[in-house]
Amino acid sequence: MTTTGTDLTYDDAIAAYDPLLGFEVHVELSTNSKMFCGCPTEFGAAPNTQVCPTCVGLPGSLPVVNQVAVESTIKIGLALNCEIASWCRFARKNYFYPDMPKDYQISQYDEPLCSNGYLDVDVVDDDGNHQVVRVEIERVHMEEDTGKLLHTGGDTGRIHGADYSLVDYNRAGVPLIEIVTKTVPGTGALAPEVGRAYVIALREVVKSLGVSDVRMEQGSLRCDANISLMPKGSPEWGTRTETKNVNSFRSVERALRSEIIRQANVLATGGTVVQETRHFQETTGDTTSGRIKSDAEDYRYFPEPDLIPIAPDADWIEELRAGLPEAPGLRIARLQQDWALSDFDMASVINAGALDLVIATIAQGADHAAARKWWLGELTRIANSDGVALEDLAINPAQVARVAELVETGSLNDKLARKVIEGVLAGEGEPDAVVESRGLAVVSDDGPLLAAIDEAVAANPDIVERITGGKPQAAGVIVGAVMKATRGQADAGRVRALLFEKLGVSE
Amino acid sequence: MSTIDRTNLTRVSAAGLAAAIAAGDVTALEVTNEHLARIDEVDPAIHAFLHIDYDGARAQAAAVDAKLAAGQTLGPLAGVPVALKDVFTQVGIPTTAGSRVLEGWRPPYDSGVVDRLRAADCVILGKTNMDEFAMGSSTEHSGYGPTRNPWDLERIPGGSGGGSAAAVAAFEAPLGVGTDTGGSIRQPGAVTGTVGVKPTYGGVSRYGLIALASSLDQAGPVARTVMDAALLHAALGGHDARDSTSIAAPVPDVVAAARRGDVRGMKIGLVRQLMGEGYQAGVSQRFDEAVDILRELGADVVEVSCPNFEYALAAYYLILPSEASSNLARFDGMRFGLRVGDDGDANVEQVMSATRAAGFGDEVKRRIMLGTYALSSGYYDAYYGQAQKVRTLIANDFAAAFEQVDVLLSPTAPTTAFKFGEKLEDPVAMYLNDIATIPVNLAGNCAMSVPIGLAPEDGLPVGLQIMAPSMADDRLYNVGAAVENALVDKWGHHLIEEAPAL
Repeated sequence: MTTTGTDLTYDDAIAAYDPLLGFEVHVELSTNSKMFCGCPTEFGAAPNTQVCPTCVGLPGSLPVVNQVAVESTIKIGLALNCEIASWCRFARKNYFYPDMPKDYQISQYDEPLCSNGYLDVDVVDDDGNHQVVRVEIERVHMEEDTGKLLHTGGDTGRIHGADYSLVDYNRAGVPLIEIVTKTVPGTGALAPEVGRAYVIALREVVKSLGVSDVRMEQGSLRCDANISLMPKGSPEWGTRTETKNVNSFRSVERALRSEIIRQANVLATGGTVVQETRHFQETTGDTTSGRIKSDAEDYRYFPEPDLIPIAPDADWIEELRAGLPEAPGLRIARLQQDWALSDFDMASVINAGALDLVIATIAQGADHAAARKWWLGELTRIANSDGVALEDLAINPAQVARVAELVETGSLNDKLARKVIEGVLAGEGEPDAVVESRGLAVVSDDGPLLAAIDEAVAANPDIVERITGGKPQAAGVIVGAVMKATRGQADAGRVRALLFEKLGVSE
Repeated sequence: MSTIDRTNLTRVSAAGLAAAIAAGDVTALEVTNEHLARIDEVDPAIHAFLHIDYDGARAQAAAVDAKLAAGQTLGPLAGVPVALKDVFTQVGIPTTAGSRVLEGWRPPYDSGVVDRLRAADCVILGKTNMDEFAMGSSTEHSGYGPTRNPWDLERIPGGSGGGSAAAVAAFEAPLGVGTDTGGSIRQPGAVTGTVGVKPTYGGVSRYGLIALASSLDQAGPVARTVMDAALLHAALGGHDARDSTSIAAPVPDVVAAARRGDVRGMKIGLVRQLMGEGYQAGVSQRFDEAVDILRELGADVVEVSCPNFEYALAAYYLILPSEASSNLARFDGMRFGLRVGDDGDANVEQVMSATRAAGFGDEVKRRIMLGTYALSSGYYDAYYGQAQKVRTLIANDFAAAFEQVDVLLSPTAPTTAFKFGEKLEDPVAMYLNDIATIPVNLAGNCAMSVPIGLAPEDGLPVGLQIMAPSMADDRLYNVGAAVENALVDKWGHHLIEEAPAL
C-alpha cells in the first residue's frame, strides 16, 4: 500500500498537509510497593524475586489498591490542571499475553481518576520567536505494568521466531500512570518541536512532584506519539499511526518528523495511511511498521469487581492541591529572570535536561554561569558520546561546584578542570583528590614560571623584538611555549603578566 | 454439660464436640481419627472428598491437644473437623476447583478462610468435590466425577458445593465450608437436609477463594444444625484487608441469635414470585407448613412482591459468565497447573489454546463463551450493561421488601434432589434450579437454607430459604433456630437423623 517514487521533503510535507498530534505517555510511579500488592518495585532485581501470589496472578489472589499511587495520580492530575473524579472505578482490559499474569490488566476505562486538563508548552520557532502551545489533557489514569519477556533464539528478539521465551514478573503490577492528550491541532511545521517540548514539560511537571524517576532510558517514562496528516483546508482528519519505542526527547522530535515525511509521501502518491503501531528505529531515524490495529481488537473492558470504587475526599484533594510545588513553568520563568538568561539560553538548559542539575550545582555554591557552562558544555558532550543521560554521569552537583570553585580561585584552568572531571568520572575520587593524585594544580609559584619564560624568551628573539616594538599580541607565542613547558599547569594570565613585566612593556 | 456418645463421635454436633474436647472428655485426635475412619468407610460410595489430608489433619488435631494440655486458650471450635470446598487455597494441599486444568497444583499460600479455620483451631480434614470452578447445581460438572447424595446414591447432592454438603450429611465431617455464587451453599443444603448459609457479600474473606464471579462469590458455613452453622460463621467472618470488598465491620452476633430462636413479633414476608408454579408439590407443601409453624410461634406473616426477581436468572447468566470469562483467563498453562501442547514447535497462543481446550469441561467452556460474547464491543450495553441495571432493580426490590418485613421466605430450591443425568443435557433446566437463590447473590444480602422435612412424593429433603438484609445475618439464625427447634420438638430429632444408613 505504501507507494514509493515521490520524494517530498519535510518542508514540502508541511506545505501540503496539516499534522494532528496526540500523545500517550506512561509514567512508572516510584512507590515503594506495587499497584495492587506489597511487593517492592526496585529496578534491576534478579528475575522473579519481587513477586507474590497477587502479582503473578495465582488462583484466588486479589488486588488491593496502593493508596500512595492514588495520591500520586491525583497530584499529577492537579499539576496538569485536571478535574479529579469524586468517584471512579478500575476496569479490566482483557487479552491473553504471557507477560500479563492474569491475562487481563487492571486499568481504568471510561472513568479515569483525572480528566480535562492542560499543559502549556513553550516552543521557539526558527526565527527565535516564542510560541506557547496549550496541549489539552484528556485523561490521567492508573493501571498496572506487565512483566518483561525475553525471547531467546531467532533473529528479531520478538516473540515470533524465538526458540523459547522467559518471563520476569518483577515489573508486573508496578504502578503506571497513563497521560493521554486530546488531539493537538495547528502546530504546523513546529509539530516535532511541540512533541519534544510537551514530553520535556510533562517530565518536569512529574519530576517536580517527586512521584516518579521519569527516566525515558529506563522506561519509567514512555511516550507513544500519534500523528495524522490532513490536506490543508480539509475538514476531515486523516488516519493516524501510533509510534512506539521513542526513548528520548530527541527521538520524539525525530520520530514525528520522519512520520510526517513518510505519511505525506504515501498520501501524495494516492496511497492510504494504514492505522497501525509503528516502531521508531534509533539508528536510522525512521519508523517501521508494527502491529496493524484492526477493529477486531476488543479488550472487553468491564468494571473490576475485585476492587471497590475510588472516591477521594474533596478536602483531601484540596490538601494535595495546596501542597503542590511551584509549577515548573513558573519556576523556569523565575529562574530565567534571576539568571538574566535569554530565551534561547534558558531553552538550552531545559532541553539538555540540565535544569535540576544546574540548580543543584548553584545550591552547592557555584555561580550560575559556571554551573551552566560545565553541565551544558563538557558534561553534555561526554554524556552524548557515552550515550547516557546527564544525570547518570558519575559526577554530582557538589563535585561540579567544587571544580568551578577551583577554577574561580585560579587553582585550575579550564583545561585542567576538564582533566579533573575526567578523573572524577573515572572513579578516582573527589575533585581535590584527583588534583592531588594527578598533580593537576596550576603552577602558581613564579620561580618555575620565570625560568620557563627566560628559556622561551631566549629561544624566540624575533618575537621579543616584535613585542617590545609595539605588538603585544605577539606575546601568545611565548605564553604558549611556557604553557607547553609547564605541561599546561601554568596560569596563562600570570605568565603573560610576568613576561610583560620582564620586558618592561605594558599591555 | 457435655454428655456425648463417645462410641459414635461422628454423630455429635460441632458444638458438642468442641465442648467435649475443651472439657477433656475426648481428645481432638480421637475425634479426627473417628472422622477419617468414617470417610474411609463411606466416601468410596459418596465421593465427597477430592483430597483427604490424613497426616495434616492428625497433626492439627494433635496440636490442639497439645495446646489444651499446655493450658492455652483455644478457639470455640478447637479440634472440630471441617471439610473444605476445593476452591480455597491451602498451603501445600492440592487445590483444583474441581477442574483438570489445576490438577496437581499445590498453592504456596493460605486463603483467608483457611487462616480463620487455623485461628479457630479447627482441623481441616481435606478438600471436597464441586462442579468445575463452581459452575453447576449437581457436581456432575466436576472434572473428577460427581458426588452422590447420602439420601439416595442415584441422586445429585446439589452444587456446586455438593461435596461439602454430602460430607456433612454423611457424617464424614460435622462442618463444611462452601461458596455460594448463585446458591452453591444453599441448594446443596436443601437437597441434603443440611443447613447452609450465604453470608452478606463481604462478610467472609474472598482472599484465596478461586474466583468464579467476583461480585457474587461468597464463602459460608455448611452444618447439620443452625447453632453449628453459627459457630462456623462467627469463626470465618470478619474483615480481611487483603480482600478490598471485605466489610470493615464486626460480624453480627449470629451465635447469640441461634441461641435465641424467637420470632415473636417479627414480620416475615413470603415472596410471591418465588412460590407456586414451577415448584414441586412436596416442596410447596413443606414450605407452607414451615410458614404455619412461624405463624404459630408468633410471627406476623405477609406476602410481598419483588417484581424484578423475574429477571434475576437472565441477569445472573450474563453477569456471572462475563466475570468468569475474565477470571478464568489466567488458566493458560503458563505459570501453574496443566500445560498441553508444549512440544517445542507450538507457539504460546497454541499452547494456551490447547491447554484450555483440554483442561476445561463443557460447562466452563459454555460460560466462558457466553461471557466473552456478552462483554464484546457492541454487545456490552445490551447484555452486561442491562444486566447490571436489573441487578440494581433487584436490590431495590429487596430494599422495598425489607421496609415492610424483617426477613423474607421462599423454598430454597424448586425441587428435591434430581437424578444424575436428568438435567445434564438441558443447561437451562439446570440453571432454573437456582431460581430462588440467585436474587440474594445479585443484591449482596444474606440467606440461609434450613431443612424443613421430606417431600411426601419422594422422601427427599426440602429446604426453607430465609433471606435478610445485608449485615443482618443474625436474623437468619434467629428465624432458622426457631424453625429448627419447633421441628425437633415435633419429630424428636433433627431431620438428618432420618437419612438412610450408608
